[in-house]
Amino acid sequence: MSKVKSLADLRKMKDELQSKVHLREQSDNPEKLVQVKVSMATCGIASGAKEIMNYMIDEMDNQAIEALVTQTGCMGFCHAEPTIEVTLPNNAPIVYGHVDQKRAEEIINKYIIRGELVDGIIPVNYETVKENKND
Amino acid sequence: MKDLSMHITDIVQNSVRAKAKLVELIINETGDQLSFTFVDDGCGMDEETVKKVSDPFYTSRTTRKVGLGIPLFTQSAEQTGGELKISSTIGKGTTVEVRLGLNHIDRPPMGDLPSTVAMLITGNPETEMIFTYNKEEEKFVLDSREVKEILGDVDIRLPQVTSFLKEMIAENLKELNTTI
Repeated sequence: MSKVKSLADLRKMKDELQSKVHLREQSDNPEKLVQVKVSMATCGIASGAKEIMNYMIDEMDNQAIEALVTQTGCMGFCHAEPTIEVTLPNNAPIVYGHVDQKRAEEIINKYIIRGELVDGIIPVNYETVKENKND
Repeated sequence: MKDLSMHITDIVQNSVRAKAKLVELIINETGDQLSFTFVDDGCGMDEETVKKVSDPFYTSRTTRKVGLGIPLFTQSAEQTGGELKISSTIGKGTTVEVRLGLNHIDRPPMGDLPSTVAMLITGNPETEMIFTYNKEEEKFVLDSREVKEILGDVDIRLPQVTSFLKEMIAENLKELNTTI
């Protein structure tokens, strides 16, 4: 029987992770990584946010994408759950709604990897409009 | 809510919103009883609010008008002959205790507990978490502070860390031979 994993194995994995992460970002700047926030309140959970978060973590682990995945509360888009907010480095955050597994896959392969927008964006702020007014 | 893991995520998220620094989740499996205890050191609630949270039309948030988390968990507990109790002190924190009939036919399945706990730990890096699973005399404990200490300056939010924790919890729970 194989040995059950323990925190000692985590220590081993840490060194490996550290060398990989450090190569790419010497400046120690978390803003340089992709950040994904999954809305995880009652509304999100009930519509499958957990499965989506799980899927995204597995996919990004498999594809070795360096991203930080966290949970967040209800963003007020209960009608469009599950919702996720994706922030690419040096970009404004974008909120995607009605994220099922298919869309999650699209978001990873198109938006996170190539920067192409995909369907299902929820407009959360009107900064562009405000900026235009100021001009 | 399809399974108990979803309720767990929900209740822990309440603690996170209450700005808890430490959340303890204790699961007990003894005889025909399954119980969950959530202890947080968040902002707490006054007596009146504690009474109100079981009302589905009460919520402290402003983004929507309903708060279903507690009522849904209460329902899941009561339908198995159990109950949900909340005690809270302002400034000290909140304790939620849920008791369910383990072998009751209406008990929802546990769901994916390993990934739920792993994602709660890595998905809420500001909140520390102690997860304990007691099965009769044996137990498994995971403290997020230990995980962070080992990781050092490696970010806990990296997917690789979550995947590792998920596997580790799953293997350890299997060792405990949990019924669910």
